[in-house]
This record gives sequence, structure tokens and C-alpha cells, in this order.
Amino acid sequence: MLKYTLKRLLQAIPTMLVVITIAFFLMRVAPGGPFDGERSLPPQIEANLMAAYHLDEPLWQQYARYLGNLVQGDFGPSFKYKDFTVTELIMQGFPVSLEIGGLAILLALLVGLPLGVIAALRRNTGIDYTVMGLALAGIAVPNFVIAPLLALVFGVLLQWLPAGGWNDGALPNMILPIVALAVPQIAYIARMMRASMIEVLGSHYIRTARAKGLTETEVVWRHAMRPALLPVTSYLGPAIAGIITGSVVIEQIFGIPGIGRYFVQGALNRDYTLVMGTVVFYGALIVLMNLIVDLIYSALDPQIRYDD
Amino acid sequence: MTTDTLNQTIAPAGDSLGRDAWRRLSQNRAAMVSLALLGLMALACFLGPMLSPWGLAEVDWNAFSSAPTLEGWHLLGTDANGRDLLTRTLYGGQISLSVALVATFVSLVIGVLYGAISGYVGGRLDNLMMRFVDIMYSLPFMFLVILLMVVFGRNIFLIYAAIGAVEWLDMARIVRGQTLALKQREFIEAAHALGVKDGKIVTRHLIPNAIGPVIVYVTLTVPKVILLESFLSFLGLGVQEPLTSWGVLISEGTESMQTEPWMLLVPSVFLAVTLFCLNFLGDGLRDALDPKTR
Amino acid sequence: MSSKDMSFRDMSPWDMIRRLALTASLALSTTVISTTAASATLQVGNGAEPGTLDPQKVNGNWETRITRSLFDRLLNYAPDGSLEPGLAERWEVSEDGKRYTFHLREALWSDGEPITADDAVFALRRVLDPATANHNANLYYPIVGAREINAGKVDGESLGVTALDDHTLEIRLVEPTAWFVQALAMSEAAPLPEHLLSSGTDWTRPGVMVSSGPFVLTDWRPQDHIDVARNPHYYAVDEVALDGITFHAIEDPASALNRFRAGDLDISYSGVPSARFDWVQQHLPESLQVGPLLGSYFYMINLREGTPLADTRVREALNLALRREVITDQLLGIGQTPSWWYVPRAVSGAPDSRLAFADWPMEQRLARAEQLLDEAGYGPEHPLQLSLAYNTLDDHRKIAVAIAAMWKPLGIELELINREAAVHYATVRQADFELARYGLIATVDDAYDFLNAYASGGSAARSTGFHDEEYDDLVRRSSAELDPQRRRQLVGSAEQRLLDANVLLPIYDYVSVHLVAPHVRGWQSTPLDVHPLRYVSLKTQNDTSQ
Repeated sequence: MLKYTLKRLLQAIPTMLVVITIAFFLMRVAPGGPFDGERSLPPQIEANLMAAYHLDEPLWQQYARYLGNLVQGDFGPSFKYKDFTVTELIMQGFPVSLEIGGLAILLALLVGLPLGVIAALRRNTGIDYTVMGLALAGIAVPNFVIAPLLALVFGVLLQWLPAGGWNDGALPNMILPIVALAVPQIAYIARMMRASMIEVLGSHYIRTARAKGLTETEVVWRHAMRPALLPVTSYLGPAIAGIITGSVVIEQIFGIPGIGRYFVQGALNRDYTLVMGTVVFYGALIVLMNLIVDLIYSALDPQIRYDD
Repeated sequence: MTTDTLNQTIAPAGDSLGRDAWRRLSQNRAAMVSLALLGLMALACFLGPMLSPWGLAEVDWNAFSSAPTLEGWHLLGTDANGRDLLTRTLYGGQISLSVALVATFVSLVIGVLYGAISGYVGGRLDNLMMRFVDIMYSLPFMFLVILLMVVFGRNIFLIYAAIGAVEWLDMARIVRGQTLALKQREFIEAAHALGVKDGKIVTRHLIPNAIGPVIVYVTLTVPKVILLESFLSFLGLGVQEPLTSWGVLISEGTESMQTEPWMLLVPSVFLAVTLFCLNFLGDGLRDALDPKTR
Repeated sequence: MSSKDMSFRDMSPWDMIRRLALTASLALSTTVISTTAASATLQVGNGAEPGTLDPQKVNGNWETRITRSLFDRLLNYAPDGSLEPGLAERWEVSEDGKRYTFHLREALWSDGEPITADDAVFALRRVLDPATANHNANLYYPIVGAREINAGKVDGESLGVTALDDHTLEIRLVEPTAWFVQALAMSEAAPLPEHLLSSGTDWTRPGVMVSSGPFVLTDWRPQDHIDVARNPHYYAVDEVALDGITFHAIEDPASALNRFRAGDLDISYSGVPSARFDWVQQHLPESLQVGPLLGSYFYMINLREGTPLADTRVREALNLALRREVITDQLLGIGQTPSWWYVPRAVSGAPDSRLAFADWPMEQRLARAEQLLDEAGYGPEHPLQLSLAYNTLDDHRKIAVAIAAMWKPLGIELELINREAAVHYATVRQADFELARYGLIATVDDAYDFLNAYASGGSAARSTGFHDEEYDDLVRRSSAELDPQRRRQLVGSAEQRLLDANVLLPIYDYVSVHLVAPHVRGWQSTPLDVHPLRYVSLKTQNDTSQ
């Protein structure tokens, strides 16, 4: 297993290189540049800006420069946030996104998994319908609707919690964004857990286990739980990478200084270095999370092995 | 492993599978009601606008942001430009339902086949295919979309392509995970031993046994696709005025949800009803297709 | 930076839970402290996160608002937006209008070093240095040598700016320029601490930055907030009422409104969601500050041959059939003025030029529009097909949809094309459009920005293909004319030429919309949207009578 893990980590290098190359050229051939704003710039000033950011060089030369700097761990300065390097921006924002996102996932698992299992065990009863109805509502209502509603109700009308702001990560400021992030995830996890639990409970080895006279609790915990977690695990790998890198909607509505906004706004601003920084960072997380998922597969089902 | 279970798990070939599944599905009342409702919804969206006194882009200069009213027959109110919201929601349904249908189907087919092959063959191919998935996850979607638009112009079919290009990834990961576990089971080994061809094992045994999570994930993909479409419209690739879609109507409605809540509620209710129906239909389908209970 | 200490590597879920427990226990105590200590700190919702605090690299009002609080210029803005002495106590202009002499007051940088005329020379050379890549450098082109320096042809030494002694500064211009002193009040013209900048980078960080204004930078958390505190070395420190200001980065207007209502903010510069405007007007009337803004919202017309729009009759018909009041009153409803002109009427010395048919009743305009289109060969049987490009935004969409509906009865089929902003502005720059939504906001309180855009080499002229030598001449003469009366006439004649040729479709003059709590004193709405915070104070709880 160690050998497999090491091999996968080594493979991450060519994978990331492909990602970086495609992303770099994809971004640069797309129309619209970092200085295309409402205020159209005189040609001389635009030329000065292009030169200041080396955008006047041939594309391959810029690519080589970028790779060269990247090897030395230098992501360059942000085009838009000129006083900071991309590394600084990500390193300052990521702990915030990780804290909010991590807690949201924790909450989603703690609520979603039991709900899914209960719904599966009480299939086609009132409990099942209620849980699944709520889950569907959580999926149907997008977070750009849930988040402002939460802020309005709990922040402005009831004044129980701050309507926004980070306040250095004080607990009251974190609750609403965590809930807003967790709601759709709870719904996803509960839905998937219910389905796979039903699937597993109907399989032969569970019937065999039942036939052996095990109690229902023992059957669920000892035999059904782990295989039933497989699809949720598959889903969670990329999902976690997405959630701990923040959500632009949640960050803007609650004023959270995370890195989610950089993914969307970096792209909208054509902040080339920042976009590349987020691509590299997110790509690395995806690779890592999918590796962890593959390792967890073997833990959930010992029969799953990787050839080498 | 007894021959009895073998017979159970190795589904009979031929079109009796489809007929059998339909028979089971038609016995599921919730699924059938949902199916009927979905049919009605589609009918309303595609034929309803013809009955409406208002056109898609027609402005009622006397009724900007009007609440539901009988005056001028704005049964569900008007939008900020004085256009009939019911009419626009029905037109929007044409786009959203077709995007949901096509894009979800594309992501289903690609994702399931890709994941099943990757997991079943395993080894080096699995590794290569999954690294490709990692790469696709990591690329900045927005630039992909903008480039598609530059190369092919503004075209509604691009929406399907762009959404299909990203939405199959989750599905592929999930199906692969299931396949990795399933292929170690006795019934697959038994099929092997009986000399069943690999292609048949994948399509007849692996995929049917992974159908539960697949169907659920499909029903989860639909709202994602519908809302993603509104992001494409933001970028200029999706639907353009005066056309609209549920995703676009919902995000427009959010702007004024505190003062003119109907603008958000109307398209949201249409979307929610569709999702509930799809959900029950999905559950019914799952039961109908389950090889273990057959 | 502090958050860097907490690397994500060593943050396990358990650490997070521990931290949670800790923050939970601290939460109560911190709220108690903050309510008592917040006495004279102004809480400002400042819009977007500033891209930089270098006064010469800033680009938007969410940035200059901060840099102008940190750096005084030779001339500052007064609370009403007019100019008042800043670091320069007084100044003289030579008879020919080409030589300015500024007399600097005795003042100190926040580190105690004296502010000298050399710091002003240094700053003006730097703003024109191509490596600085300042966005507004063209505003300083009237200075001798400036244009050549900015083009990288000569070095900064040759700039016509000289320190006659430590407190006397001379600026020589190529030709008299009416609006030039306005440019000296802008953030980019602020004298800079040469002794700091020449020694290193990262000079805009808290703890490093040295500034000259009423406030100094004390903290900067990207995407969160920026703190500034009263500058003890400021020459007028006794007149600064606030202990400090916190600028919160809040871009979303709805969130800003929520936080304003929750009492977290004293001022919100994030605007009001247009859908909530009526509500705010009813429920927060004493906080709502709406005022004219030096901005023009219009549709650019691509005038190049080969499209129907090259025909002036078609353009006039489009202008005639545009019901501006419907847009400003029914659709937007936040007090914008329908514009029958191009240069916003809030500009000082605004001309009274306008579209010829501005006062006609609607029926007459429509009849004339139909006639013109008919003459041009268009009508319901032979529809005129046009496309309109706009950048994705709710209000732009609403306006475009309404205009399409207004033109439809004339047999005009308008295709609406929305694009994400960067792509939209790129297509406008590359002249790849027929009609394009555009907004121009002034940098100085003058018609210059607007008129210059359509003069040869200007941004609008390049996008639309407009070329009129007589117009260019009028613009040039108006810029060099120092007599206000004659200048107003020249500006008016220039603008009238644009309007008579129907080269653009004016829609409305912008307004600024801000939320300012009633306990904030010394703040007023100004057309340039500048509100010097050194004059702002908070009514304390003691003298409140409400």
C-alpha cells in the first residue's frame, strides 16, 4: 500500500504539468484581458501595463517564465491584488476556507449519514418521506437563496447571530456560513446513503448474515455500513476538495475572507497569475483527495486491491 | 454459491429485461403519478405558451413588477420588465427540461461507461483514465466555456456540451468505486468462469448492480445542471434574452426575493415539483431494475 | 502575516474542535469589549477588496477612498467636493496659464520626517514612469515632458516639475489646461515618501507604510478589513475627530444592507440592491443618501460604413424612439436623470446642449422616427435588424429588454447579446459591435473625460470610428480656454456636434447611492463621489437626544 501511495504521489507531477499547461493556454487564448474594464485605457498606458506584466512577450516565453518561477515555488504577484503574491493570498485565505468548509463537511456527515441510514431502514414510512422531502428541498433551493435568507432571518430580524463579517473567526460569525454550506451537502449525503444502504441491505451476504440470526443492529453496523459508505466516499473526494476551497457565494454574502472568490473573480478579472495559482492549488487537492478516496476503498472493502 | 443465487444475479438477456422492468415500475404508484406529472409539466411547457395571452418578450407597460393579478391575466405576476411570469416560466421550462434531459443523459452514459470500464479493467488503464478525470476536475471551467463560445459561436447545443463535459466526472468516480467492489464478488467471478465476455459482464452484471447509487446521483445531477445553465447564461453562453430558463429566472428572482417574492417562488416551485417527481420516479426505476429482487 | 503561522498542515479536525471551543468561550467577552471600545472608530462598508494601497496604482473608488485618507495631495477635496489647500498652503498661476507655483506647508510624514517639494517631484515622475503603469497617467500629460516620459522615450529627469526649494514647487505645462489642478487632487498626485520608496518594496504593508494624511495604516486583512488610525504627525491632527476607521471589504450590496441594518456599519459604500431601493426609501429614509454623480450611461454606436447605423437618419430614429423616462422612473426608480445629452449635468460649468427633439411630445417623436426609418428604407415590412451588446448585470439587462420593446413597434428587431464584462469591454475595444452599452464616470470634475473620449485617439472614437476634425478642434480649444464663460460655450458647441450627429444614444446620468447612519456627521453627497473622512465625526451617545 505504501508503494502504491508513493507511486500515485509521483504520478501527480505529470498530471499537474498537464493541468498547468492546458489551463495556461486555455486562459490566455480566451478573449478579454486583465485591463479590459469599464474605463478604456489610452494605447500608451495599456502598452505600459502590458510591458509591466510581461504580457507583451510571445506566449511560449511567458509560459516558460511561468514554469521556471513555479519550480522555485513562486506563483508570482497577483494582477488584481497588486500588493500581494498569489502564495500570500492563498495562504491567508485557505485556513479560513478550510475551517468553514471542514466544519461544514463534518456537520454534513454527522447529520446526513444517520439520516440516510434511518431513511433506508424505515423505508417507505413517514420518517423516510419526511427525511427525503427535506433533503430534496435542500437540493432544490440553491445556496444563493439559502444564504441571504439565513443572514436576513438570524442576522437582521432576530439578531441572534452576526449578519456577516469574519471577526477573526469568532464562533458566532462562523455558524451561518457553515450551515449554509452544509445544507446541500447534508441533502446529497443523506440521499446517497439511503440509496446505497437499501442496495446493500438487499444483497445476498446481508441476507446470509440475517439468516445466521444476527440482530438488525449488528447486521447494519458490522456488515452493511462499510460497503454502503462506498458511493458516498466516491462522491466526497472531489466534493471535499471543492468545499474546503470555499464558495464565492457564501463568502460574499457573509463576508468571509476565504479563497473561494479567487476562483470566480480571478477568472472574471483575468488575473492570470491568481487563476493559475488557484488551478494548481485545487488540482493538487483533487489529486490528493482522490488518492485518499482510493485508499479508503481498501479499508471499506478489503477485497479492493490495486495491482501495484 | 448456489446455482439459485447465480440465476438471481445474472439477469436474463434480451428485451424481457425492459418489459419486466416496466411491469414492475407500473405497479409503483408514486412513480407512476410522478411520471404523469412530469409528462404534464413537459406538455405545459411546450404547449402552454400557445394558450397564453402574453408572448415571451411582450411587455405590459402598465404592469412592471406586478404581483399575481387577474388584471391583464398575469396569473403569476410579471417580471421587472413587465413581462408575464407564467408565460416566461413555461418557456423557460422548455430550455431547462431539455437541458436537464440531454445533459444529464450525456453525463449518465459517459460517466457510467467510463467508470465501469476503468474499474473493471483496472491496473494501468484504470490509473490512466482516473488521472484524466483528475485533470478534467482541475481545469478552470469558465475559460473552457468562454473558449467554446469563441470557437463555435453562441449555440444552444453548446450548453449541453459544456455541461456534459463536467458533469460526468462525479458519476465516473462513483461507478468506478462500485465496480472495484463488485468485480471481486462471487457472481462476477462465476460469470467469468462461465466464459461470459467482458463487455457483457460490464453491461449485464456490473452496471445493473451499481444502478441504485447511479439513479440517485442522476436525480441529484438534474438540479445541478439546471442551475449551472444559469451560470453559463451569465457568461453569455447560455440562453439569451428574450429567451429564458428556470435557472436564469431563479437567479433573477433572488435579486428581489424580499420585495417581489413571486419572481423567485414561481420558477422555484416549477423546479421543485420536477425534482420531487424525478426523485420518486428514480426510486421506482431503481426497484424495477434491481437484479437482486428480480 | 499572522494567519500564515497557522499552516493548514498541522490543523487536524481535533485542532479545529479545540479552536472552536476556545473561540466559543471567548465570543462573549469579545462582544462586550468591542461595544465599549468602538467609540470613535468609523465602520465603513467599502465595496470591493482594494487591489493595492499604492496611491499611484489604485484604480477604483473603493481604493482611492482609502488612499486619500492616508495621503494628502497638494490640493485636497473639501466636504462638498470642491478643491481646498492640502499640502500646498497656496498657489499661483502665471499669466499665460502655463506655470504653477505651489507653496507647501510645514508638514511631516507619519514617521516624523519632513514633507518636502522633492517628495512631490518624486511622485509626479513616478506616476509617469512607464514601469508604474498608472491608469490615469494621461491626466498629467499637460506637464512639459510628461507624454514622452510615459512613452519611455526620455527619462523622468526631464519632467517640467521642479523643487525651487524645500517648500516651493513649480510645474510647467505645455499649454494652458483648465482642468489641470483637478488632477493634482487625485490619489495618484499625492507626494510620496521618497526616503521609504527608494529603499525597498512592499512599502504598502501595515507597519511599513509611511503616509502624510489624517490617518495611518495599522492593519490589512485581505478580503476582510483594513484599519487606519489617526496620524499623530498630521498637520491638522486637532481637527480629526475620528480615532480611526475600519474599511470592511463587502462587495455584495444585499449583504452590506444586512450589515448596515444590523448596526455593524456606519457608512455603506456598496450601494443598495436596486430591487430593495423602495424598501430602503421607506424604512431607512434618514440613512439613504442619493445624489447626482459625474457619470453617463449610454449606448455606443459603431459608425463604420457597412451597417445601417452609418446612416444618420437611422441613428436619429433610434434616439427619438427611446423613452428615457420609462427607464429611469419605472424600471430603475432610484432617481437617475434621463439624459438628452452626453456630458452629465452635474459637471461644474456644464453646458446646456441637448438633443434637438428633447422637448417634443412622444407622439411627435415616434412619428418622426417612423418617417426617418421609412426614408432610410426600413419599416415593418423591411425590418431593421440590429444587435446590442451589454455586460452581464441585472440592470443592464432590464434596460436592454425595455429598449428592444420600445423599438419593436417601429419594425426594429434588436438582438440582445450579453457577455461577461471582460469579454464585453474587449469587443468594444476591438470595435466588434453594432450597439454597445457603455458607462463613463469622470475622474475630474470637468467635461474633459467625456469630450476627450470622442476626440481623435480617444477610447470612444477608436471603438466607434467617429472622426470629426472640427469637433477635435473644439475639444482642444475648450481644454486650453481658462475663461469659464467662453469655456462653457466651447464645451457646449463640441457636445452639440456629437448630439446633432446622433453618434450615441444617451440614456441617463448616474446617481450615487450610499447608506450613512444618522449619527455620522460631516458627510455629504458630492458629484465626484468623494467624501473626505477627516471631516467626519460620530455623534457620541452623550450628546444624543433621540
